[in-house]
Amino acid sequence: MSTTLIVEQLLNGLQFGLMLFLIAAGLTLVFGILDILNLAHGSLYMAGAYVAAQAMQISQSFWAAVLLAVMVTALAGLCLELALIRRLVRRDHLAQVLGTFAIVLIANDLVRLIWGPAPLMMSLPAQLNGPVRLSAELMYPAYRLLIIGVGVVVAAGLYIFIGKTKVGALIRAAASNRQMASLMGVRVSWLFLGVFVLGAMLAALAGAMLAPVTAIQSGMGEQVIVLVLVCIVIGGLGSIRGALVGALLVGFVDTAGRAFLPSVLKLVFTPAVASTVGPTLAAILIYVLMAGVLVVRPSGLFGVRL
Amino acid sequence: MRIFKLLVAAMLCLPALAGAQAVVKVGIANDLSGPFAALGAEARDGFNLAIKQLGGKLGGQPAEFIQTDMGGNPEQARQLVNRYIQRDKIDFFTGPIGSNVALAVGPVLFAAKIPYLSNNPGPSQLAGEQCNDYWFGSSYQNDAIHEAAGKVAADKGFKKAFIIAPDYPAGKDALTGFKLGYKLAPIQELYTKLGQIDYAAEIAQIRDAKPEAVYIFLPGGMGINFVKQFVAAGLNGSIKLIGPGFSADEDVIAAVGEPMIGMFNTAQWAHDLDNARNKQFVQAFAKEYNNRYPSMYAAQAYDVIMAIDAAVKAVNGQVADKPAVLAALKKADFGSVRGNFKYGPNNYPIQAYYVRVIEKNAEGKVTNKLVGTVFDAYQDVYASQCKK
Repeated sequence: MSTTLIVEQLLNGLQFGLMLFLIAAGLTLVFGILDILNLAHGSLYMAGAYVAAQAMQISQSFWAAVLLAVMVTALAGLCLELALIRRLVRRDHLAQVLGTFAIVLIANDLVRLIWGPAPLMMSLPAQLNGPVRLSAELMYPAYRLLIIGVGVVVAAGLYIFIGKTKVGALIRAAASNRQMASLMGVRVSWLFLGVFVLGAMLAALAGAMLAPVTAIQSGMGEQVIVLVLVCIVIGGLGSIRGALVGALLVGFVDTAGRAFLPSVLKLVFTPAVASTVGPTLAAILIYVLMAGVLVVRPSGLFGVRL
Repeated sequence: MRIFKLLVAAMLCLPALAGAQAVVKVGIANDLSGPFAALGAEARDGFNLAIKQLGGKLGGQPAEFIQTDMGGNPEQARQLVNRYIQRDKIDFFTGPIGSNVALAVGPVLFAAKIPYLSNNPGPSQLAGEQCNDYWFGSSYQNDAIHEAAGKVAADKGFKKAFIIAPDYPAGKDALTGFKLGYKLAPIQELYTKLGQIDYAAEIAQIRDAKPEAVYIFLPGGMGINFVKQFVAAGLNGSIKLIGPGFSADEDVIAAVGEPMIGMFNTAQWAHDLDNARNKQFVQAFAKEYNNRYPSMYAAQAYDVIMAIDAAVKAVNGQVADKPAVLAALKKADFGSVRGNFKYGPNNYPIQAYYVRVIEKNAEGKVTNKLVGTVFDAYQDVYASQCKK
């Protein structure tokens, strides 16, 4: 096993983790501030991917497609908050789960209606559709480097926004004690709307950035939302820093599991056993990680509440 | 009053009885969403072309084709098959793309004595000890295409092969088959999650292992994503891609394009296979569907409907006579687009396998070209384990 391989797999883990973070950040913000577990968050991610693919086909400009995906999904998030989420906030958790799950089903059928059941493919801009030489040994796909770059920039931007700005302070205040914040004169309904739309934009950005490397299909939201839930459970519900750590952990562990577990197992078991157990174990590794974290810290690594 | 009731009852029952005899019903479980969506769409086009050419009839009898999407999900497919059997009372079944689905619905159909003609999967389980009179692995046995590919890799002199497949029944069959034909030990064997779309971790391992050739069995969207990412990683210059026909078929070529040129692949059929029936099919397909070449999935689906048509004709529409229907199906006397073939004792075809290579043809279209025959009359290794 060479260092090049290890470096490349670390980059893969980083890229996967950062994209999970973009989705997890929105979900955990909405949970922390609105106290609502929004299952439809995955649908916003799906919307971002579909809009990006469609816009790319028409405009042939990658950045225009990403921008449009973020804008359109922000608008969808705005409508969703005003029409449904606002009302669900006052209801119990069961009603919230049912209400947002209904949105998932509607969104999945809606994209089938518009784009058909077959998956869409989004082509890459030509200048990104090749490898970049990072060192003498290591070639890495240019587009994945771009994904990492965007992920790092957005994560840093969020850190500054939440930690250093006035609006960020309001968000933190509302997250730690909503009632107190509203008594202190924070316009909670505006804050809710803003946070929800921000979450939608982050999810759409992840959807648009991942669109060229995945199959864009109805139901892609649920696949990713399960992983994202694992990230925020590991990190601690409601914590942005927790979401970042959780997402990176899941990204690295999942990639390492797929990349190294079969060869590690081969040292212990026969090749036949290793090749049977390896993929299965790799697939459940992140859930083992989650269970382990919950045993030691039941509220997650950075959990603000149970 | 009682007589009136009886009359009404009789009037209601009679058409139902008459209908049950006259209309031949085929239940088709399509894969129009889920992991095999693109392939399911190809199969649907094949079914529909055959149905159109037959004027919606089977063996001259009025027929009904019930098509439903089950999204490649074994559990959903099982429910659908139960509905087909109990409510729709189907006479024939076909449609699923995945071996996992075929294995899930097979036992239900066999118990209900409904012939299942496979338009694609040919799992090894149903070729050996679990072989069944009601199962026709009409397209191929899963291992065969892979075994042919292994032989091609060995014949071309690739000493270091890296082989990769999804972790599900057909994936295991695929790599077993490849190794059988390749004879050497591959430098690495890798199983991935079914439906996986990001292959970054696997491609890094391939780069590190420095093979001469990579054998991929990644049907549908998986293969499209893999080849795109393989090219983006800059590996297509130094490493030769080899695949079974369905990892390098027209649907994949349409999505990936020129980077696929030069990829070897094996199949029991090719769109430029030289026989009259095939020429007619390829022409009709292009005319019906936007001037495109049919894929293996379309050809196999087309064959299944034509096989049912021939069998219904042979039994004069008496589809309730199961032994006669099975005997007629077993003759495989329907003019297959792959040329004539015979069924072995396990109802899997004994047939030729070819090697194709992806090239730019005279019209500037990137497509498969038939370049040779790998096996003349291949029979799968499981046939001898089938004791009925």
